[in-house]
Amino acid sequence: MVDAGGANLGSVRAALERLGATPELTRDPARIAAAERLLLPGVGAAAPVMAILREHGLVPALREAVFARGVPLLGICIGMQVLFEHSEEGAVDGLGWLPGRVRRLPAAPGLRLPHMGWNALQPRREHPLLDGIAAGQQAYFVHSYAADPGADTLATCSHGREFAALVARANLAGVQFHPERSGAVGARLLANFLRWSPA
Amino acid sequence: MLSRRIIPCLDVRGGRVVKGVRFRDHVDMGAIEELALRYRDAGADELVFYDIGASPEGRAVDVDWVRRVSDLLDIPFCVAGGIDGVERARAVLHAGADKVSINTPALQQPGLVDALAAEFGSQCVVLGIDSVRDPDGEWRVRSYTGDPARTRSEGRRTLDWVREVQQRGAGEIVLNCMGSDGVRAGYDIPQLQAVRAVCTVPLVASGGAGAPDHFVAVFREADVDAALAASVFHTGAIAIPDLKDHLSAHGIEVRRA
Repeated sequence: MVDAGGANLGSVRAALERLGATPELTRDPARIAAAERLLLPGVGAAAPVMAILREHGLVPALREAVFARGVPLLGICIGMQVLFEHSEEGAVDGLGWLPGRVRRLPAAPGLRLPHMGWNALQPRREHPLLDGIAAGQQAYFVHSYAADPGADTLATCSHGREFAALVARANLAGVQFHPERSGAVGARLLANFLRWSPA
Repeated sequence: MLSRRIIPCLDVRGGRVVKGVRFRDHVDMGAIEELALRYRDAGADELVFYDIGASPEGRAVDVDWVRRVSDLLDIPFCVAGGIDGVERARAVLHAGADKVSINTPALQQPGLVDALAAEFGSQCVVLGIDSVRDPDGEWRVRSYTGDPARTRSEGRRTLDWVREVQQRGAGEIVLNCMGSDGVRAGYDIPQLQAVRAVCTVPLVASGGAGAPDHFVAVFREADVDAALAASVFHTGAIAIPDLKDHLSAHGIEVRRA
């Protein structure tokens, strides 16, 4: 688990421990470069997460693990958003490892921001990360920004507009919702990630 | 489509859940972890833990139980009571709470809302507002509501305060309508409608739930995002799975656990 700040680190760790995993929380580039599997949680905003990754020299470490060694990585919430090219929130460049931009969800009468609560997932295609997760099952979301659906989108959700709820491209994956707080659906997603072996 | 949320509120004192909201004689209801899991299993969408000893007694929430609950729970939860500054909020959030709810400290020091939003993001910052309709017909906020002897009017109009805290960065508002609280005669629909009209962040109704139809009414007529209740859940008067069946039968989107 990459320690890029944020208050949900403990709850993500506990969710993994409930599944029998023993995650290590670290900011050490050497540990991250050598990891077998990586999670990048994040809450708050994209800019502080990117600042921590850059200041601690974690970007080259993540790149080494993900691209040179093919290690699976799952970004959660802001940790997913920073995988994209750019976020409107604070006008910050992300890692750019997934094509696309993160934009603010629309504000409209009857449509509240942040998008906070349980909302339905709509799978777009079969994927090992979606094993056992059916269309319409709900996950817990808390966010005001989201990536548009694209070629890498495995499942969408809708709040004012459709957005990417789960993405994967080769060994890179991201979820906009919080699997650590999404009941059985979230536990299933994390369990799927823990045994995911991308080709 | 976003589901409407059902939120049981558990009063916590000395590491135990107690019954008797705003009454003096508190009955022990059990260990926090046990009740948290029971409500999770029943299909609660979120939990609020209210540390009732914290604010009137001038001490802050101890974080050990927050950590234990966080490690167990796989649904979101909020901690209220005794959070009077950034450092207390940090301790509670880092112990695993998804949100903190502030009430009296925000009235004393409105800049705290801005500070918490800047530090942790608006999504973590819940504003609890205790509100009463005064004899002149205006809704006004109350502080120190945890202790009837110390409760006082702040002179602030509720609708002004709702607007102000959103500008300052509150990510959610829990409106506790004190006039209907504990009476079980239904939520205060007119007040919630008035607040809804000026509230663009999620709004949680609190105070007055007594029957499943009260939940139907508050979602339909006041368009709130969530409904919070305590005694009807704790006494078993309403079971959450039955409540969700009822809401669903009335065309209200809910999560089925």
